[in-house]
Amino acid sequence: MSSIGTGYDLSASQFSPDGRVFQVEYALKAVENSGTAIGIRGKDGIVFGVEKLVTSKLYETGANKRIFNIDRHMGMAVAGLLADARQIVETAREEASSYRSNYGSPIPLKHLTDKVSMYVHAHTLYSSVRPFGVSCLIGSYDATDGPEMYVIDPSGVSFGYYGCAIGKAKQAAKTEIEKIKMKDMLCVDLVKEVAKIIYIVHDEVKDKNFELELSWVGEMTDGKHQLVPKNVFTDAEKYAKESLEESDDSDDEDL
Amino acid sequence: MEASLQMEFWRNGPQPGALYNFPGSQIWNQNEPTKRTLYPSVTGTSVLGLKFNDGVVIAGDKLGSYGSMARFRDLSRVLKVNDQVVVGASGDYADYQFLSEIIEQRVIEEECLNDGFGYTPSSLFSWLTRVMYNRRSNINPLWNTYVVAGWENNAPFLGYVDKIGTAYQAPTISSGYGAYIAQPLLRDALEKKPNMNVKDAIETIDRCMKVLYYRDARSLNKYELAIVTKDGVEIRSPVTSQPNWEIAHLIKGYE
Repeated sequence: MSSIGTGYDLSASQFSPDGRVFQVEYALKAVENSGTAIGIRGKDGIVFGVEKLVTSKLYETGANKRIFNIDRHMGMAVAGLLADARQIVETAREEASSYRSNYGSPIPLKHLTDKVSMYVHAHTLYSSVRPFGVSCLIGSYDATDGPEMYVIDPSGVSFGYYGCAIGKAKQAAKTEIEKIKMKDMLCVDLVKEVAKIIYIVHDEVKDKNFELELSWVGEMTDGKHQLVPKNVFTDAEKYAKESLEESDDSDDEDL
Repeated sequence: MEASLQMEFWRNGPQPGALYNFPGSQIWNQNEPTKRTLYPSVTGTSVLGLKFNDGVVIAGDKLGSYGSMARFRDLSRVLKVNDQVVVGASGDYADYQFLSEIIEQRVIEEECLNDGFGYTPSSLFSWLTRVMYNRRSNINPLWNTYVVAGWENNAPFLGYVDKIGTAYQAPTISSGYGAYIAQPLLRDALEKKPNMNVKDAIETIDRCMKVLYYRDARSLNKYELAIVTKDGVEIRSPVTSQPNWEIAHLIKGYE
């Protein structure tokens, strides 16, 4: 902490002289310590993939999931502090519920993103609170708006995306996503690519164990966000592992 | 002095969470006298329920009466809660809409958790009895009678709750005017044929709905039928029973 911050990093309610809010930047750091999460928007829906790092073999498999349902038509994949993420999920669910009770229809994703990002942003304004150490991908599908995906950062900004990555290996993952022509791909094929990217960006040296989480929402699920079915999951995982091995082989040949 | 000033500086502004709770906070005036529902407004008449060998069937007609006026002729009073539970309602239609929205939201929240648990007929029934009894204890009842039907533990479920919180389960149930007209017919039919199949049950219910159409001045010959078996919920709507008015001309003196 010697030179960085220099006294301006103790509160989220104070700028540094060069116009930065250090607490928010530290929150971003917290996100970058977490396993990667990616989301891709295809022609007929959204696919989420999460590299859930497993820090101990004593955990039950499937514990501490990082993909959540917000409403029937909407899901969220998170990177960062899980407890903070759950608070955001809670807020998002409440917003979805209140929209439904007031307007009698499912909340549009743009609307929910605005609400949730303002909530996140509010936590960057006061000294009494700490910003959320979480970035989240939110995706939804409905027949009129089609698939949509947004990302919210700890600062409270949000953007819409065709594909995005958050967490540890977000740069590498974004590079991989850019290679995909997602705009004319269907989710059934995207699931495989998503699984593959998670496997590619996983750092086997630093983080040994991880669980892959895959979810989707779109035409194929009748507009419902859900974890991908078992057979789709195993196919995708198999495809990911096989293509990794292939690239390993070709690497060997090059040598 | 200096310390307290500094405290003020570090103290927060508005409570971050409080910004997001505008609706529903103090809006009504404490000085007004308490007002309660004294009579129902738009009402639905009887709901019938009958258990059979491998399922349960309930029915309610599609009429919404405004006093004695047949005002709405296409109202649904049967709510599919999930793949194993349906609820039918008589009485005030607005109260039914209010409660059905709450139930729907609770089901969504349940689905969001994705933990394999959901409302069973008996758990929903138990919750409904608590709601109804609580409302009547606050002298502010929901003006309804609810019939809960479902499939649980490889057996049919059929339960009744009314606006004062009276609750029971039985093989045959009728609410409202049907308690006088249809209940004896249902009991009689079941006594004569204790092991009914779906077809028998539907025929019995249809006969009762027809008799109710003849005898109940707040009824309609267009009704909604829900059948719950181990395979799930089937809703048939509208079902039209064919009345026979051939002997009507013999009845005189009521013109």
